[in-house]
Amino acid sequence: MLLLSIDWIFFIEKIALILVIILSSFGVAAYATWGERKVAAIMQDRIGPARAGLFGLLQPLADGGKLFFKEEIIPDHSTKTLFILGPALFMVTALMTSAIIPWGPDFTLTIGGTVHSVALQVADINIGILYIFGVVSLGVYGIMLGGWSSNNKFSLLSAIRSASQSISYELAMGLSLIAVLMVTQTLSLKTIVEQQHGFWADGYFTWNFFKQPVAFLIFLVCSFAELNRAPFDMPECESELNMGYHQEYSSMKLGLYLFAEYINMFISSAVLATVFFGGYNFPGMDAVRDAMPGGLFSIICVTVLMVKVVGFILFFMFIRWTLPRFRYDQLLNLGWKGLIPLALINLVITGGVILFFFNK
Amino acid sequence: MSLHEILFWFLSAMAIGCALGVILSRNPVKSVLFLIATFFAISGHYVLMNAQFLAIVNIIVYAGAIMVLFLFVIMLMNLNADAEPQKSRLVQFAAVLSGGALFLVIIAAFTKAGLNIDGAAVDSSGEIGLIKNLGIALFKDYVLPFEVSSVLFLSAMIGAMVLGKKEDVPNHLESKIKN
Repeated sequence: MLLLSIDWIFFIEKIALILVIILSSFGVAAYATWGERKVAAIMQDRIGPARAGLFGLLQPLADGGKLFFKEEIIPDHSTKTLFILGPALFMVTALMTSAIIPWGPDFTLTIGGTVHSVALQVADINIGILYIFGVVSLGVYGIMLGGWSSNNKFSLLSAIRSASQSISYELAMGLSLIAVLMVTQTLSLKTIVEQQHGFWADGYFTWNFFKQPVAFLIFLVCSFAELNRAPFDMPECESELNMGYHQEYSSMKLGLYLFAEYINMFISSAVLATVFFGGYNFPGMDAVRDAMPGGLFSIICVTVLMVKVVGFILFFMFIRWTLPRFRYDQLLNLGWKGLIPLALINLVITGGVILFFFNK
Repeated sequence: MSLHEILFWFLSAMAIGCALGVILSRNPVKSVLFLIATFFAISGHYVLMNAQFLAIVNIIVYAGAIMVLFLFVIMLMNLNADAEPQKSRLVQFAAVLSGGALFLVIIAAFTKAGLNIDGAAVDSSGEIGLIKNLGIALFKDYVLPFEVSSVLFLSAMIGAMVLGKKEDVPNHLESKIKN
């Protein structure tokens, strides 16, 4: 099928994959809001949402429906185009990273006699990790535009806080990942996942977490800051800024901001699982692969990755309901004087170890 | 038309349109946003030429870091269309003249540059833009200029910090400031 010299089957396959990923991101994010309320309730000895459906499982639908039918208010003194662009941009940047995550191993599919190899990854680009940085550094625009165009001092303060916080923590995040890249020798996420095949090989763990525990710790702390989640939820701390950068937003625009945060959490959990915890790999996967048809094995792998992702999301939630919020100067001190030197030391030690012990 | 050409024309139109938007929009925040869109279009061109590293670094450094700081400053100064200073006729005339002269120079340079017009608009077969080849080139053939430029950046950074630091005003000057 070649029309306009475009391979249409390839095109359709990718579009279907993108649709599935985006829709499941929405689904996971919706149920993450439910999960957050349940986790909070359990940790505070309450019941949590219980009225809508069994265990309150229909609560996200009810919330979404409510947000859709609320009155849409655009403040008079706002910059209107940017006010509308803000939440849209935030949502787009939240979803963009999902394009390079390998959700499962390739499997073959036979359509009309010809065999197609279907990759469960939208794009395997050889700059994969840098792409994550690119998208993360763009994520702040949605917040900044929303905060500034609202023409509200609290929103503006919150947007500025968010921008300086994310710029500060991007540095430590990048430095921690450079140490990982020195171990993996590649930037392609697909190759990084394939290197972490199984769980144990050549007398050591294959997962990057066991090779770079310090980098993992730094990356984890930085993702809390980039996600604006407690204990680093400075841009939204209600006791100082009322509500934060989405103060003036109402209806589904507010919904987009709140929702995109959960999508961000989902995607960064997927990145954490992929880079440090072996992606879709699991112990004893070779035996499972030999016993299963290819398609089923891929489904099992995707399930394994999702289990890891849900684990990280739960971890994010436990931290939020356990630790109190930092003060702003403490946050910046931790970033600049704590994490960046730590990441640099980790980098030097990793380089030295590779040079003296693994130099082939 | 191949997909490659479709993308090329789309990105070119986007780059030129957004670049015009930068100079034509009256709101400085919108200008910054148009500039970011221009960077994206240019990055798209880099990807078409198989220079993926250059493309993503263009986005990280320019769109992700420098433009965020630009936006930061513009937001804090709260520039609006009505706060724009009125320039005199003489300044406007001088601006048109110097802009036109610059345009003339660019046109002259382009006519000399031997543009490749016959069909093959962009070349996607080159491998030099891939990160591995670029790294080898930077750290083997050009290692001295590379390191020297990094020292230059370091000194610029330290210089900015020294300038930005609060100075202890000597006592005899402080009394003068108060008076």
